[in-house]
Amino acid sequence: MNKLLDRLPFRIELEPRLVQPPRWYPWVLSLLSVVVALLIGAIVLALAGGNPWASYAHIARASFGDIGVFSDTLVKAIPLMLVGLACTLAFRMKLWNIGAEGQFFIGAFGASAVVLLPVLPEDAPRWLFIITMIVFGMAAGAIWGFIPGFLKARFQVNEIISTLMLNYIAISWNNYFIFAIWSDGGFQMSKVFPRNAWMPRLTDYVDTIPMFRGLTTHFGLILALVAAVVVWLILYRSQWGYEIRLVGDNPRAAQYAGISITRNTVLVMMLSGALAGLAGMSEISGVVHRLQGAISPGYGFTGIIVAWLAKLNPIAVVPVSILFGALILAGREIQPSGIPKLLQGIILVSLIASDFLMRYRIRVHRKDLLKEAK
Amino acid sequence: MDQPTPSSPAEIVVQMCGIVKHFPGVLANDHVDFELRKGEIHALLGENGAGKSTLMNILAGLYHPDGGSILVNGKPVSFSSPRQAIQAGIGMIHQHFMLVPSQTVAENILLGLDEPRFFMQLSKYEQEIAKLSERFGLKVDPRAHVWQLSVGEQQRVEILKMLYRGANILIMDEPTAVLAPTEVDELFNTLRAMVAQGKSIIFISHKLHEVSQIADRVSVLRRGVSTASGVETRSMTKTDLARLMVGREVIFSLEKNPCQPGKVVLQLEDLWAENDKGLKALRGLSLQVRQGEIVGLAGVAGNGQRELADVITGLRKAEKGRVLVDGDDITNRSVKTGIHHGVSHIPEDRTHVGSAPNLSVTDNVIMKKYKHAPIARGWMMNAIAATNYASELKQAYEIIAPNLETPVRLLSGGNLQRVILAREISSQPALMIAMQPTRGLDVGAIEGVHRLLLAQRDAGAAVLLISEELEELIDLSDRVVVIYEGAIMGEVANGNIQHIGLMMTGVRQDQLADHMEAAHE
Ligand SMILES: Nc1ncnc2c1ncn2[C@@H]1O[C@H](COP(=O)(O)OP(=O)(O)OP(=O)(O)O)[C@@H](O)[C@H]1O
Ligand SMILES: [Mg+2]
Repeated sequence: MNKLLDRLPFRIELEPRLVQPPRWYPWVLSLLSVVVALLIGAIVLALAGGNPWASYAHIARASFGDIGVFSDTLVKAIPLMLVGLACTLAFRMKLWNIGAEGQFFIGAFGASAVVLLPVLPEDAPRWLFIITMIVFGMAAGAIWGFIPGFLKARFQVNEIISTLMLNYIAISWNNYFIFAIWSDGGFQMSKVFPRNAWMPRLTDYVDTIPMFRGLTTHFGLILALVAAVVVWLILYRSQWGYEIRLVGDNPRAAQYAGISITRNTVLVMMLSGALAGLAGMSEISGVVHRLQGAISPGYGFTGIIVAWLAKLNPIAVVPVSILFGALILAGREIQPSGIPKLLQGIILVSLIASDFLMRYRIRVHRKDLLKEAK
Repeated sequence: MDQPTPSSPAEIVVQMCGIVKHFPGVLANDHVDFELRKGEIHALLGENGAGKSTLMNILAGLYHPDGGSILVNGKPVSFSSPRQAIQAGIGMIHQHFMLVPSQTVAENILLGLDEPRFFMQLSKYEQEIAKLSERFGLKVDPRAHVWQLSVGEQQRVEILKMLYRGANILIMDEPTAVLAPTEVDELFNTLRAMVAQGKSIIFISHKLHEVSQIADRVSVLRRGVSTASGVETRSMTKTDLARLMVGREVIFSLEKNPCQPGKVVLQLEDLWAENDKGLKALRGLSLQVRQGEIVGLAGVAGNGQRELADVITGLRKAEKGRVLVDGDDITNRSVKTGIHHGVSHIPEDRTHVGSAPNLSVTDNVIMKKYKHAPIARGWMMNAIAATNYASELKQAYEIIAPNLETPVRLLSGGNLQRVILAREISSQPALMIAMQPTRGLDVGAIEGVHRLLLAQRDAGAAVLLISEELEELIDLSDRVVVIYEGAIMGEVANGNIQHIGLMMTGVRQDQLADHMEAAHE
């Protein structure tokens, strides 16, 4: 390998980047890494005997081709936005919450409990149902975030391990209820919720606006957009967000400034959990309309990628989620369905690799010049 | 091999001509010329942000100059990485060490080299390293782990690392800023041994007496322009040097108003505390600081100074004893309680404790103000008020930075210190714990800090000044107390250096007379 490099007429060197790159640089880098990932994906597809361009065109058509599929893409993007925000918030404080999946399931459980316990009677008004479900979903997620947050703050338990473990507990917890307690006639799912507990969808307004026929985009989109703005406000415009950024950058400086790291650890994990819980609630009340096992194709984990790709910027989480929503949707359309998963993986890898370029600069030298210098 | 044999003592090993380097918003080097002779110690002086580190980073291959040329041993070079510079025999020791704490000295030195390839036959290399360290008087155990080493020892490892890579030209960026006085002497012996063996050294420092003591020649930068290039040190006085650096006369003696101590602000009663390694660092320390006085705490580094500052500010728990501020017991209360009582703290470690490196200048100066109006507005922050506040401080404290959004890690060492000083002093504290407040500052800035501290005192603040610079302590303080192994040995009000020196070695004040007699006999 070295021999081969020696024969090239130029030399490639890496040097640490000491000067702050311009503002646009991270964004261009993210975009490029997606492009590179798609190119790598294309090569893999071609090697596997497929036609990459046809596949990509198909993915694009299947997720952005018309307003109908775009609406479906948005439906997939909503939980990703919320989970992506959950991860963004926690990662900003260097809390590696990889338990968004579990918080999502528990949030779904909390929201379902409103109907299934029941907390509210079947004929309660829709607005009351939705607000109560939001509160219960977020509270449940917050509890699921509190546990690892408290363990970390109090006993220095590594949150990566504890959040990961809590994912399994959350899923089993849900399963227990759908198998044993809320099972609908022996099926592994609950009964369908009453209409009052459904979040409004575009298609519900088909009588006034005929164009909305069949569009399943639901109220959760508004929730997610509001959440994105709120998280942005918290991080960049609030005192609490300042504390979060300070702790994330240098915990010792934060301590020195009188900021309680333990308190913030717990609070950030709770809000992070609450956001992931809201994602679960929105999925239950907006899409599934019942509690069942398969409610997430790994939203909680994809959210981690989304947060990174958005460079932990809450506003950027929105477009990135739409991109990933498209990939998830395409998974249904494309055979084999593994391809979009593969793409997701490649995107993540090239993204992490591109982070390297944030810190290092590549220089190419002509060899002859170098020899002269010596 | 192809190196020319030394022909005359004035052989020039490095020649930098017309070096230009821009950073966004600043011209860090403006056509700077610099020349280094074989076997000399060449000091590089300049105010904070004058461009010293930048110039040396260029020579060491970290930055690429925008203009100018560099000759090494008479041949033009254009380094694009530190690796190439070290191949040409140039090694730089940065102010922040770049060692891996969990590895041994030998492993750190070998790190990144092509040899050893796969098999680490460490003992062989350890011997080589031991030999090298003996040759230059760099005492350090190759098998020790880096985290066990003191700052001075870590610096030796950095030097060894460069020597092991065959460096003939060593650049040392403010090597003495982090050292205790005894360690400085050891370093100087090493430097002398190195030049005696034909190495050449560039030595950056802000301490003029060190420059006169060790350097053969000196070059001075001011705001990126060279104001002196390769002048014999012997022909220069401290005042000359200071004028070249700052561009005006620097007053070395301080005008001090008589001290008018008021009521007791800080009262420490029988304090006990442990250090990070779990050893007793404070052993029954008692001390009082009054309103309107500066109390200097003298002592050899590591006698409990840092732990004392930590305990007072709430960063460390006391095991026993009491800390009273304005009569309120704040022992083992939160840092926030201290801040509410008007305790401000200039920490010793500015990069790891005093600042958040990736956050902006604005974010760093509001660290203790973000909860107060006008920056705080309900639970929100008023970004405009924060920016205004930051730009006020930037002006008042002459912080040189491209803009307020710059992450502070990109500021020069002295400017980072100013950011911290600006934040701590502007809070108009009742009690100020200042630890090495002038470390890394240029003479002009030191003068400024001294004046600021005196102004604090005159405004009625109680100041506890912790410093290893005896001169500074004696000049500034109204009384000097001496700490030894976590307890106060005694107090000196008239600046008697001899007494302070004795107490620093553990002699109690009441035994002073005996010791002095013993010394006379
Ligand atoms: N990587 C960088 N990006 C932007 N500006 C920089 C960078 N490095 C240095 N500067 C600026 O260049 C100027 C010179 O900085 P330099 O670090 O060379 O100063 P210095 O003489 O070493 O000062 P000090 O004594 O405070 O260490 C400063 O204004 C500094 O803010
Ligand atoms: Mg410097």
